[in-house]
Amino acid sequence: MERIPILRMGKFLLVTIQVDMHDRLAMTLQDDLTTRINETGARGVLIDISALDIVDSFIGRMIANISGMARVLDAETVVVGMQPAVAITLVELGLSLPGVRTALNVEKGMRLLQLSVDAGSLETGDARNED
Amino acid sequence: MPVTKTETMPIRNEGDVVQIRQLVRKWSTDLTSFSLVDQTKIVTAASELARNVLVHGGGGHAKLEALQEGARRGLRLSFEDKGPGIPDIDLALRDGYTTGGGLGLGLSGSRRLVNEFSIDSRVGEGTCVTITKWK
Repeated sequence: MERIPILRMGKFLLVTIQVDMHDRLAMTLQDDLTTRINETGARGVLIDISALDIVDSFIGRMIANISGMARVLDAETVVVGMQPAVAITLVELGLSLPGVRTALNVEKGMRLLQLSVDAGSLETGDARNED
Repeated sequence: MPVTKTETMPIRNEGDVVQIRQLVRKWSTDLTSFSLVDQTKIVTAASELARNVLVHGGGGHAKLEALQEGARRGLRLSFEDKGPGIPDIDLALRDGYTTGGGLGLGLSGSRRLVNEFSIDSRVGEGTCVTITKWK
């Protein structure tokens, strides 16, 4: 079955969506990501959607779901690279992705994840984040 | 209104929804030269309405028409199913109202993305949603 690859980079998981997703593929990604967060103890998920030329309500819901599920599993999600035309359309459609953190590109997204993990470990004294 | 090109595509599965998105994208660049934002809007609306045909109507078809009215060019898309129909169209057009477990933005949201929008639905017979976007 067709799958979107999930890469592990240290304590983060990286997903780059490069195909025109049909709905089942989006659902599979949601399942795969939550499984991988659980297996790896990842603290952050970065989803690069720069290759997506549309985000409709189904894909938008999937992104919001992943973000919510990851949070419950103690991982932060950052969505990066949304094309401006996609952002305009998404908001007009009525979906502003509340609760989903975004960044303009992968580099900024990684920095945001790193900052939130560092801040989290300061607050809780969580030893997992100390190198 | 002069129709310069017509094509009909079946909507039987999720793969067909992806194909319709791709064909609408191609028409909106090649035939109507929409701006990138307008392309994105019409493709997104097509995706929502094609999915509705699949999820609520049990499948159906989409018709694409390229329009030319004087110097004005546009794209008209119709999505038709022979499903259960919509008993209360006003309710179905309300943001957040859903019977399919989604976000309830498919109909109401796609209406905001286009210039013209109409629904013809008969309970027990089916639904046809038609949208038009002008350049």
